Amino acid sequence: MDNKYRINHLRELEAESMYVIREVVAQFENPCMLFSGGKDSIIMFHLARKAFWPARVPFPLMHIDTGHNFKETIEFRDKLMKETETKLIVRYVQDSIDEGKVVDETGVNSSRNILQTTTLLDGIEAMKFDCAMGGGRRDEEKARAKERFFSHRDEFGQWDPKNQRPELWNMFNGKKHMGEHFRVFPISNWTEMDVWQYIMLENIPIPNLYYSHERAVVVRDGTILAAGEFVELKEGEVPEIRVVRFRTIGDMTCTGAVASEANSLEEIIEEVASTRITERGGRYDDKRSEAAMEDRKKEGYF
Amino acid sequence: MSEDYNRGYLDMELLRFTTAGSVDDGKSTLIGRLLYDSKAIFEDQMEAIEKASLKTGDGEVNLALLTDGLRAEREQGITIDVAYRYFATPKRKFIIADTPGHVQYTRNMVTGASTANVALILVDARNGIIEQTLRHAFIASLLQIPHIIVCINKMDLVDYKEGAFDDIKSGFDKIATKLDVHDIRFVPISAKLGDNVVDRSENMDWYDGPTLMYLLENIHIASDINHVDTRFPVQYVIRPMKEEYHDYRGYAGRIEGGVFHKGDKVQVLPSGLKSKISSIDIFEGSTEEAFAPQSVTISLEDDIDISRGDLIIKDNGLPQSGQDIEMMICWFDEKPMILGGKYAVKHTTNDLRCVIRDVKYRIDVNTLEHDTENKKIGLNDIAKITIKTTKPLFYDTYRKNRKTGSIILIDEATNNTVAAGMIM
Repeated sequence: MDNKYRINHLRELEAESMYVIREVVAQFENPCMLFSGGKDSIIMFHLARKAFWPARVPFPLMHIDTGHNFKETIEFRDKLMKETETKLIVRYVQDSIDEGKVVDETGVNSSRNILQTTTLLDGIEAMKFDCAMGGGRRDEEKARAKERFFSHRDEFGQWDPKNQRPELWNMFNGKKHMGEHFRVFPISNWTEMDVWQYIMLENIPIPNLYYSHERAVVVRDGTILAAGEFVELKEGEVPEIRVVRFRTIGDMTCTGAVASEANSLEEIIEEVASTRITERGGRYDDKRSEAAMEDRKKEGYF
Repeated sequence: MSEDYNRGYLDMELLRFTTAGSVDDGKSTLIGRLLYDSKAIFEDQMEAIEKASLKTGDGEVNLALLTDGLRAEREQGITIDVAYRYFATPKRKFIIADTPGHVQYTRNMVTGASTANVALILVDARNGIIEQTLRHAFIASLLQIPHIIVCINKMDLVDYKEGAFDDIKSGFDKIATKLDVHDIRFVPISAKLGDNVVDRSENMDWYDGPTLMYLLENIHIASDINHVDTRFPVQYVIRPMKEEYHDYRGYAGRIEGGVFHKGDKVQVLPSGLKSKISSIDIFEGSTEEAFAPQSVTISLEDDIDISRGDLIIKDNGLPQSGQDIEMMICWFDEKPMILGGKYAVKHTTNDLRCVIRDVKYRIDVNTLEHDTENKKIGLNDIAKITIKTTKPLFYDTYRKNRKTGSIILIDEATNNTVAAGMIM
């Protein structure tokens, strides 16, 4: 790039996201940032650290723990929180089940994905959060493509896609009535490729699950699932060892692995550039129906 | 900032463009084509579209289904909201704000246009310039989109004739003289068949200009930002509660114009107090200079009272100030504007209130005629109005700076964003 006063696409996205995160702290009284231990929430948290440096991040992180996480994710999370002296709140889906608010799905394809919504909304209410930042990106899924940076939620936590506030320039309207809250998506404009390039540019640590490794897996309807305590085997299914990595990290029950030997960020970026399947293509939770994400989001999902 | 800080893995530039048009113009087909030919559509998305195309039963794969995200949109075959799409080439990353083109969606067009570097305007080669073309061109000029690319589409249906292209081009040039637009390009294309979209057409020897993709990749956008007049609206005050930064007080914000250096003399508005920049801080440490649109934290040598909403500038190129503001607005709400009514105002990082003083005229977006009689402003109306704010604003004209020259109005009862304003 020849012009002196020009920044590349990653620096422009970074400046935008930092602006959004600072707007949240300026406009809301008690915000939090949702953190799953996946790469999107890791870079969102990294951007938050940049936005307030040299001060600490001025809000807590909240993890909605399904109990079906990869142990690598939880270890990574705890280490990162300790190193950055960040306050983490964990809310457990198991608690919502024990309280009788939701019922665990049963059967071989069961998942706690949908149950998270209840735990999340209860967490927001119990902690009196008026804003929860999430790492959703518009390129992930077609219902997300219509999402605002500042997304208004009514007192039931619901999203009304047909009645969203227009968002112009970089002006964000976070005004709300008592009991309502906002979901804010600081990395709305990032793509999967941008995230990987940024992780490399900034040298941001990520869980090892994203790199190629050997793992016992079962292949179900074309999805490679990690064989483990949470994935109930169907009759005739026998776990086998394969060389895989994960493109997204969610629950063990619904996150598909990809056969991959990519062992460095350069190799991952090359793989992402040549791959012909979206990252959520490996997510069992999105395959349930064409509007699966839209329906979940309306109810208050991430 | 140093060279090192800017050197990314891939040194791509970000370009935001807006597309306005209806399904009939082939807008969705064009977007589908750009995404498809730049390999931004994945196999599973393609499979989903093929499945959905079978359901609606129009035989061939409908690329338009890619851009319609919500269930109601797919069912009704319309786009309700602004949808954002992404693709990249080795040169640039693109963000498309895809908006419906019908008059009832003017507010969506305005929203999509507010952040765009480039407006793509589609014209059906068979129909020539219609009311909708005029409306889209007007909105692009109202929102000061720096570059307009007029895509004359469906050239295959007029036998790729040069005459059809020339007629539309000269018609559009005539419109442009009435508007505030500076850079207009014309490309004859067929979105459906791919002519001049990414690959050069073999059917139009008479056209020796660039393809649409070439324009999108190469149009010069670095000068779109005002790098002369320095503007730094304070967003948030940073005071670390840490031993090693005991006396640190930094002003966090995004530079909305100009270039700041360490050691620069600055003044703070509205107080008018003067100081010097002692450091410009980023996570990696300090930097000697920073410029729009970077997000940084600035510290000053003197301990003066500064809070969110204040504006830090250098001594040259002062903004205007005042409480009586004249601006063009687009009204967004079902509930009409109340003349004499009070609204909440957002301007840069400032929150204040205003009263609507007067409506100068309303603009008919289809004819561009001014109506000074009917002063009722409702959903999707565009008008020139004056407001009086509760305290003085420090602003630029929208033409000079899209960030310090823009305003939004908010209904204090519903909290809805009801209008976008461009200061004149």
